[in-house]
Amino acid sequence: MSELTDLYQEVILDHGKRPRNFGPLDGATASAEGLNPLCGDHLVLQVKVAGGKVQEARFTGTGCAISRASASVMTGLVKGKTAAEVEAMFQVFHTLVTEGPGAHPDLEALGKLAVFGGVHEFPTRVKCASLAWHTLRSALQGGGTASTE
Amino acid sequence: MTTVTTLGPAGPAPGDVAERRADFPALDQQVHGKPLVYLDSAATTQKPRAVIDAISHFYERDNANVHRGVHALSERATKAFEGARATVARFLNADARDVIFVRGATEAVNLVAQTFGRQRVRAGDEIVVTTLEHHSNIVPWQLLAAAQGARVVAAPIDDAGDLDLGALSELLGPRVKLLAVTQVSNALGTVTPIEAVVALARSRGIPVLVDGAQGAPHLGVDVRALGADFYVFSGHKLYGPTGIGVLWARREHLEAMPPWQGGGDMIRSVTFEKSTWNDLPYKFEAGTPDIAGAVGLAAALDYVGAIGLPAIAAHEAAVLRAAEAALRSVPEVRLVGAPRRRAGVISFMVGDIHPHDLATIVDRQGVAIRAGHHCAQPLMQRYGLPATARASFALYSTLDDVEALVRALHAAIKVFA
Repeated sequence: MSELTDLYQEVILDHGKRPRNFGPLDGATASAEGLNPLCGDHLVLQVKVAGGKVQEARFTGTGCAISRASASVMTGLVKGKTAAEVEAMFQVFHTLVTEGPGAHPDLEALGKLAVFGGVHEFPTRVKCASLAWHTLRSALQGGGTASTE
Repeated sequence: MTTVTTLGPAGPAPGDVAERRADFPALDQQVHGKPLVYLDSAATTQKPRAVIDAISHFYERDNANVHRGVHALSERATKAFEGARATVARFLNADARDVIFVRGATEAVNLVAQTFGRQRVRAGDEIVVTTLEHHSNIVPWQLLAAAQGARVVAAPIDDAGDLDLGALSELLGPRVKLLAVTQVSNALGTVTPIEAVVALARSRGIPVLVDGAQGAPHLGVDVRALGADFYVFSGHKLYGPTGIGVLWARREHLEAMPPWQGGGDMIRSVTFEKSTWNDLPYKFEAGTPDIAGAVGLAAALDYVGAIGLPAIAAHEAAVLRAAEAALRSVPEVRLVGAPRRRAGVISFMVGDIHPHDLATIVDRQGVAIRAGHHCAQPLMQRYGLPATARASFALYSTLDDVEALVRALHAAIKVFA
């Protein structure tokens, strides 16, 4: 069960059950839709960008605990970040969920993202964890539909 | 709870069917350190040793192309391939000339849509499907409808997951050029009253395609008795290999339909001015077929035939009843659909745990179930669910499998408590 508890850490279960930043965003300046055709997970991500920084990000939709927790944690972390900083965070996150925490020499730098360190043990769930990030990148690049396929 | 069904003197007792589990090498393994409990047979069944051996034997001894060479191996390969067709014909109670080998049920539906469909369906026409259909019995008709300016209309189901026959009857009007309907729902396990549905459509002069992908392994079919126009199924859901399936059609349709794909084997003569088509079934089998796949499928049908479909069905029904009762005994479990007659499949939800999380957790207990929309998104929309968990059963499924599933569900409930 140890890998399972790595995947379903308390923080993930909590964010999956009670996602933060969940619901429509008034005054959004960009949005994108994310779809995982494999499982039907679907989320809409809205952001408010001003002064070159993400002021706020919120999401709606349906998905598993991993995808909801990922969207919940991400929408919190990106507040106040520039698009370039968001991109850098995404790269850190992507390496984490595909290769595991061992790929990061500086675990401290992962911050809250560290709770996704168990995902790499479950290759079929990497897309669940990544959906929100792909959708956010799509929104920041002008919107549209992001797909994990 | 009754778990034993009494059979006539001809059939083996259901317990004997379960002993066939030892025939399936893939079932004898551990995953994540736990004995494998394979409950995803509706996606694909495991293969008995007899099928694996038949394919190996073909490649080790008889491998050659068919219908061409005069040498010994080509003769043997041709005999094996046509022997396989004869075996399929016996399984369907059909004439071998009306048995077309294809890649699977999906290809068979596409073949019918792009030949028969293009000939028959015109602008303003309708193709009726049902809410129960797999995407493979929806999307090929949408492609056809888009090309012809026709439209696809879905017949509704009730909350139990049974077809609404009254509503279906109303939909089968004069503009309907084809009804495409499944024998068994891959997502809910509903057994449709296929004889009544076929009779209804045929009484209005509407041709019927029956998707037997889930039905053939559990119920079999007698195409002469059923009276449909087309019947399709896949080998890999019936203990055979992937990549081989069957289209059966009424002779008059096969003769009238144009070829689907052009190439070798499907022609009688070719000149640059004009080519003429081969006889049935070869007119629809362009290119070198999946010879070993057909041989493997025949071995699977022989294997099933030796046990007997009625004995398999009785065993599966006993396991299904036990599974349904066991799932209902878990307070957090909610079954999706309660069809009057069920085969092979149970769909369910556990509390507010997303089916994907559930499938990941039970997988770590060695239990393989399917989570998702089961390639039946319109059906999921009907129930307002993005996904369900699905346990599906085959002749090798046991009551121990059911117990292992329930234990694994409790583990998942604990994680999400």
